[in-house]
Amino acid sequence: MSFALGEAETLGLVGESGSGKSMTCLSVVRLVPRPAARIVGGVVRLDGEDLLTKSEREMQRIRGRKVAMILQDPMSSLNPVFSIGMQMREPLTMYHGLRGAAAVSRAAELLGSVRIPSPATRLRAFPHQLSGGMRQRVVGAMAIAGPPRLLIADEPTTSLDLTIQAQYLGLLKDLQAQHRFAMIFVTHNLGIVARTCDRVAVMYAGRIVELGPVRRLFTTPAHPYTRALLASIPRFGARRETLTAIAGQPPDLARLPAGCAFAPRCPDVMDRCRAEAPPETMAAAGHSTRCWLHAPAA
Amino acid sequence: MPPPPDAAARHVTPLLEAHALTKHFIVRRGALGWSTALVRAVEAVSFTIEAGTTLGLVGESGCGKTTTSKLILGLERPTAGTIRFEGSDVHALGRAGEREYRRFVQAVFQDPYASLDPRMRVATIVAEPLVINSDLDATGRRRRVAELLDVVGLPARAGTLYPHEFSGGQRQRIAIARALALSPKLIVLDEPVSALDVSIRAQVLNLLTELQKRLGVSYLFIAHDLAAVGHMSHTIAVMYLGRIVELGDADAVALRPQHPYTRALFAAAMPVDLDAPREEITLAGEVPSPLAPPAGCAFHPRCPFAMDRCAVEAPALRTEAGRLVACHLY
Repeated sequence: MSFALGEAETLGLVGESGSGKSMTCLSVVRLVPRPAARIVGGVVRLDGEDLLTKSEREMQRIRGRKVAMILQDPMSSLNPVFSIGMQMREPLTMYHGLRGAAAVSRAAELLGSVRIPSPATRLRAFPHQLSGGMRQRVVGAMAIAGPPRLLIADEPTTSLDLTIQAQYLGLLKDLQAQHRFAMIFVTHNLGIVARTCDRVAVMYAGRIVELGPVRRLFTTPAHPYTRALLASIPRFGARRETLTAIAGQPPDLARLPAGCAFAPRCPDVMDRCRAEAPPETMAAAGHSTRCWLHAPAA
Repeated sequence: MPPPPDAAARHVTPLLEAHALTKHFIVRRGALGWSTALVRAVEAVSFTIEAGTTLGLVGESGCGKTTTSKLILGLERPTAGTIRFEGSDVHALGRAGEREYRRFVQAVFQDPYASLDPRMRVATIVAEPLVINSDLDATGRRRRVAELLDVVGLPARAGTLYPHEFSGGQRQRIAIARALALSPKLIVLDEPVSALDVSIRAQVLNLLTELQKRLGVSYLFIAHDLAAVGHMSHTIAVMYLGRIVELGDADAVALRPQHPYTRALFAAAMPVDLDAPREEITLAGEVPSPLAPPAGCAFHPRCPFAMDRCAVEAPALRTEAGRLVACHLY
């Protein structure tokens, strides 16, 4: 799979559990769980530098400054036994050489920039004293400390309530406009993609099956999986008695079918799909897909 | 959305009537638990569920949805208020009556991985409610289980397998089969598809719709996914800090919400349609602690339209634009 991102651009990564969204993100920062997983090939370039050839030490600095991550559960990024202030100061000292009062005031400034009220007091709070939305803001504050060139947000609002989710997405957009970082936004919620992303990559069984600008992909989806996904979602005001369901189950990655992985569930399946995996083809400029329906005639 | 099954039947006794349902909890505070505080989890909540229809219950965490569903399931006793089932007060029925009531009201929960015992075969899981609550003998139970598996679209041999041999969507079908075992009249669906993959959700929602049409069962549908609630429900109730703030026809509430909270909630719901007309209301702040709800209208500190009156006087539910709304704007 391949994709590229420009400055201040947001790429949505959508797909079901096990489709490889999170693995893609972890590969970018070289954090795939070893020895179970290994990056067997490819290149990851950040501002032209290949991240896969960096030493572990260099990589750690890059993770601290240039690439930041926000995960679904803020508690997986926060340590419950240290105060917010202590946890925020550590990377500031390590990567920015800030100590003492300078580190404290920078930490407070960062909390303020994610709109946490009375930031100086909050530095003394422990994670359990904050609400889920506030914790996720703290993680956001730590993420933008770099400031990063790339922010990877893996389901950052899935554990938040709806109105808090809307606040948080607005905040991420504002921070992006201010710091101009590129963003990879992993979600299974196509509504969020429609609101926050410029382009979207649809993943199925470890591959990007379709990649294109959000509007184009939502209005004229090329891949049958994207089409089925969009059709299966209940919509306001367009009630149908029955939703268009996708038959079958997502495939087992250890036992992928030969040919196209979606073939067993595809309404438009042809003989060729079961035999041969489709190559990446352009459905339009900037809009690619992996489907035999769009492959140029042989 | 299917039309309500029988318009004439609307004036007959509704299947379930909750009247001024209230549940307060006393929580212990402090390291030793010497001081206590009162949580008004559910405050004077009233609604009706007609036979064969779905009531959607929406709101954010802590709004009282789950407590309401526990009251309906008989897992909690209300502090005040009544639940009438087919006309009779559930809590005045006595032990035998309450047991009978629980047969008629079943539940399907969010996580089909947690709600099915991993050590039991599917047939045993589905048959479990029949052992105590029916007169069926072993043969009768086997026949009923086969029937139920068929109804939810699982192959007959599914009964001999264990839950871990099924995917999330299929497990939820097993949970639905178990809920249907005693031919309930109402099923509480608490986030029934949230744990499922996007491509599987439509299958399960379709199954639920089809079962309602075939069996005439009513649903109390609780979910975060507002589009799914809109799709499934005939009536929608919106809760905020223990109270219903808007209640009415599902189309009216979802497409033309009136209460500022409902408007913000549906504005935050992020429709997939890029050109869907939507209101831009992003609420400031967070839901206040139910331990110290604001005076007056509980929503006023976050409300973009708050007036002086809102901080003092709690608004009552009044009819506005064909539904009930609790807001001083109307």
